[in-house]
Amino acid sequence: MHPVTNVHYMVLSVALLLVGTIGVLTRRNIVIILMSIELILNAVNINLVAFSHHFGDVHGQVFAIFVIAVAAAETTVALGILIALFRNKETVLADEVDLLKW
Amino acid sequence: MPASLFPPYEDLLRILPEIVLTIAGTLVMVLEPALRPERKRLLGGIAIAGLLVALWGTAVANLFRGPAFHQMVVVDGFATFFRALVIVVGILAVLCSIHYLQRERPDSGEYYALVLFSVVGQSVMAAANELIMIFIGLEISSIATYVLAGYLRDDRRNNESAIKYFLLGSFATAFLLYGIAWIYGAAGTTNLVEIRRVLSTPELAPPRFLVGVSAALMFVGFAFKVSAAPFQVWAPDVYQGAPAPVTAFMSAGPKAAAFAIFLRVYMTAFEPISNRWEPVVWLSALATMFVGNFAALLQNNIKRLLAYSSIAHAGYVMVAVSAHSEIGTAAAMFYLAAYAFMNVGAFAVVTHFARQGEKYVDVDDLAGLGHRQPVTAALFSIFLLSLIGIPLTGGFFGKFYIFKAALEAKLYWLTVIGLLNSAVAAYYYLRILVVMYFHEPGEAAQTVSPVAPGVKIALWASAAGTLLLGIFPSVILDFADRSAALMK
Amino acid sequence: MPEGYVPFFIFVAAAVGFVLTMLLVAKILRPSSPFATKLEAYECGIRAATTARGRYAVRYYIIAILFVIFDVETVFLFPWAVRYKVLGWFGVVEVAVFLAILIVGYIWAYKKGALEWV
Repeated sequence: MHPVTNVHYMVLSVALLLVGTIGVLTRRNIVIILMSIELILNAVNINLVAFSHHFGDVHGQVFAIFVIAVAAAETTVALGILIALFRNKETVLADEVDLLKW
Repeated sequence: MPASLFPPYEDLLRILPEIVLTIAGTLVMVLEPALRPERKRLLGGIAIAGLLVALWGTAVANLFRGPAFHQMVVVDGFATFFRALVIVVGILAVLCSIHYLQRERPDSGEYYALVLFSVVGQSVMAAANELIMIFIGLEISSIATYVLAGYLRDDRRNNESAIKYFLLGSFATAFLLYGIAWIYGAAGTTNLVEIRRVLSTPELAPPRFLVGVSAALMFVGFAFKVSAAPFQVWAPDVYQGAPAPVTAFMSAGPKAAAFAIFLRVYMTAFEPISNRWEPVVWLSALATMFVGNFAALLQNNIKRLLAYSSIAHAGYVMVAVSAHSEIGTAAAMFYLAAYAFMNVGAFAVVTHFARQGEKYVDVDDLAGLGHRQPVTAALFSIFLLSLIGIPLTGGFFGKFYIFKAALEAKLYWLTVIGLLNSAVAAYYYLRILVVMYFHEPGEAAQTVSPVAPGVKIALWASAAGTLLLGIFPSVILDFADRSAALMK
Repeated sequence: MPEGYVPFFIFVAAAVGFVLTMLLVAKILRPSSPFATKLEAYECGIRAATTARGRYAVRYYIIAILFVIFDVETVFLFPWAVRYKVLGWFGVVEVAVFLAILIVGYIWAYKKGALEWV
């Protein structure tokens, strides 16, 4: 039986990072872009907790808690902005937000 | 034993500005629902009072220099400099906003709380000595600024500005965070001084790949926040769409604070691997100057023009960063101070001139302002001349010190290109001056109203700051020099 | 492949097999006579007004957004809750400050009418 090492966690985390990045870059729906950003933040959390466990150091776990809280705050603000946008423009698609350009 | 967990009172004094600002911000939020719309300007007064007390708190904290809260924050000259800078920018932004807000959205006073919270975040960034604090400060500042960018929620330009700022901003922050997680995994600590120690000790040195990738990911995050190429694309759209006083605020405060953490992380933690990040910063500085200046040539919307100009100025500061020396750091600090005054001043003029619904924001609308309101036009000219870098203004000495530092670091090409860029930049600033003084007054200039008192104070204060830095640069430069030397 | 997982796979196979067998037996045994009324969501009672797939206003969306933030903020209480004896009065003071700020946010939302039915 192989023990689960830091490398395993890092591979998982990099996979999540890639999924999230591809999601942000290819999706049009802003809600799905938000979910993809959330995936990246969770990839970070996996790293932080894995390293924290590895070093026997509590800093990483504390950091993960802060990341969770900040992610929630970001989501709340994003939903608020999105509702304001939807009221005026009736869309949640990123490529239809095109008023400002040169 | 539990009693010993309480922090000593010196530690609390070291974060006095943040405490004051947080209390002022929460006070504004509690009072807000109780006030009738015509009395909401009171909240602006509370915000200014809070910021002034926080400025005093910065001075008090400066008497107790040293690390606090288990090395989480550190009060040194560098921290004090940037704390004072972001608080002053906050005051100027609130002064610009009071009249604007009464006109555009009188029912709502949370604006001032958001400005205060954003300044709290920037102040935390200025004093952060550790990656967790850097992240938290950055997010406090950013989240408040995202809301401010979309504050007039019935205006589509505001909606669009906010959503673009948010999506790109949180994406970049996620990368920064990923970089932080990896450097924590590589070095086993989040403290900047400790990371430096680990990286510079050969026996402890972590895998080069891990450190390199995390430095690169963190660069993405910082470059985004300071709007340096190739991560500058958000800035023009966001600056153009946001309310004018908010643009004044976010082009100066968050940018200065982002440069503060950028300098602190790369000059402290990543100093041992400087030979690897220097070329990246060099390239970024080059690209930023070019993109900013050449794109600004084509703009007719003045907010967008100033946005590209602000990108170009970030490029000059990047030159100072890539010089990678104490003089370079001091030059960057001086430049950011000068830039804050001249840029907030320029946006204060835009705030004043734009009128209801930001109707007049084209360069051509300014035609004849020199005849209609000579004083405002003269102050605007000071800011524009300073942005060009004409002697007797802060902008001149800022550029002078930056290129001096670049020459001492043997960055000859970057210096030459930077100087050429400044010459290009003169064209689009002078164009505004020409339109303002030598064109016949148009409809916009003929209907211009007197300057609102708050904006007037902000204008005069910014002009005074710009000229002070231009005539007596040593006042600020000596402080910056000493602070940069102590930063280790 | 570690042998420890063999019982697990047998268990999964048994569970899936059981479900499939039951569905098949039921399909064979039951009489089949479908007609439209029978397929409606409520065979007797109120007729369905529209299809369930359309858009409709979620009237409590502001409460939902507020819930996201207030819910997650409690994560900060967790470290205190598990170590509160060690943290002593220091922990109590810290948590009181934290909750005070949170309550200010709540009061503000309440005064602004964010918790009312829109």
